[in-house]
Amino acid sequence: MTSVEFDEVSAEDVSRHFGRRRAVSRMTFRASRGTILGLLGPNGAGKSTLLAMLATLLRPSSGTIRYGTLGTSSGPALRERIGVLGHDLFLYPELTARENLAFFAGLYGIADTNARARAALERAGLDNRSEDPVSSFSRGMRQRVALERALIHDPRLALLDEPFTGLDDASTGALVSRLKMLRDTGAIVILATHDLDLAEGLLDHALFLRDGRIVEAMTAPDALRSTYRSVIGR
Amino acid sequence: MLRAILLIVRKDLTVEVRSRELAYTTLFFAVSCVLVFAFSLVQEGRAAEGVGAGVLWMAIMFAGNLALGRTFERERQSETLRALMLVPAPRPAVYLGKLTGIVLLLAITEAVLVPLVALLFESALLSHPFWLASVVATGTVGFAAVGTLFAAMLVRARSRDVLLPVLLYPITVPVLIAGVRATVAIAQPEFEVDVVRFWLMLLIAFDIVFITLALWTFEPVMTD
Repeated sequence: MTSVEFDEVSAEDVSRHFGRRRAVSRMTFRASRGTILGLLGPNGAGKSTLLAMLATLLRPSSGTIRYGTLGTSSGPALRERIGVLGHDLFLYPELTARENLAFFAGLYGIADTNARARAALERAGLDNRSEDPVSSFSRGMRQRVALERALIHDPRLALLDEPFTGLDDASTGALVSRLKMLRDTGAIVILATHDLDLAEGLLDHALFLRDGRIVEAMTAPDALRSTYRSVIGR
Repeated sequence: MLRAILLIVRKDLTVEVRSRELAYTTLFFAVSCVLVFAFSLVQEGRAAEGVGAGVLWMAIMFAGNLALGRTFERERQSETLRALMLVPAPRPAVYLGKLTGIVLLLAITEAVLVPLVALLFESALLSHPFWLASVVATGTVGFAAVGTLFAAMLVRARSRDVLLPVLLYPITVPVLIAGVRATVAIAQPEFEVDVVRFWLMLLIAFDIVFITLALWTFEPVMTD
């Protein structure tokens, strides 16, 4: 399998309907390498659906998503460059943290899966719990393992749905540093979050979503909370 | 692709060894099924001809349905099936990995069921072990091939527990008929190899057709 490269992700007039319900309606935006794009909006705004489409898990009902010059039909080669942290954590509770990470590392074609898993657990600050089953972890610890699972293959495009959920202050700080590091290494980071205080200063671009539509787009956003109140509340 | 299949099989077996949930429930259910039929159908130490074969296949199919449902329920609970859909391995590899895991699990159940049925129904099932193993293996693969596809498709359906047997049993009727007829022929005092071979060929054809269909359709049906 040939690995693919792309420098930006773009959505052109993308919509997604579930029956008569429009989850995402005619969204157009682009995100480039070395930037963090935030999707901000209330519950039901279409953030998770948009992330699922960008992850190739859902097909748009209309419109196109492109990864550089590639379309979603690029299949396994494209998926190799995408990392997803979902609202659900995508971890097997019966397996240990190391086994979970080694399993997914293997599926991503990484040669020394155990070494990669151990390095990831060290980054997550969980190297002393590597042989414990994930079912014995707190929500925050699981979230840290899940983040490492999503990034274990050094993806070009990282899609993170509420990555700060369940994290304590120290873990949140570590995650913010990790996201900045990802940006600095040339990844495209797209994250959905409700935490405007954390998003402030982290995001390079922000899209405010409401009822499946982009209602405001900002570059180098500041004063997120007041902007959020004015565009979402109106 | 082979690496992905092996990883998924190993993962499924590790999870099962840790939880023992599927092995215990399918075994308990299948053995109970055989015992109930033995109590009602075996009179004065003898059962009517061919009953043992029917009971064996019924127990395999009921236990198989249970195993299929629970295997995918596990993947649904943490949405790990979605994670498997995200990995760069070809999606048919995910199907083949899950199929292999279920077949191995059913093989354990069958290793207990076959001697139990032979004992309780005084059936000469083990008189031709090679032929019996071939028939049971091909029948199990055919049943699990259809079941794995449907169970994966239904993983997010609200009434999946009801829908799975409703869809699965009618399509796998040929497996049941061929499995029972071949097993009856194996247990006959006068072993008719041509009859067994005929039903075995039918099972092999079923396996080829449905595995091919499943590999072809797994990717589109798993992408919403």
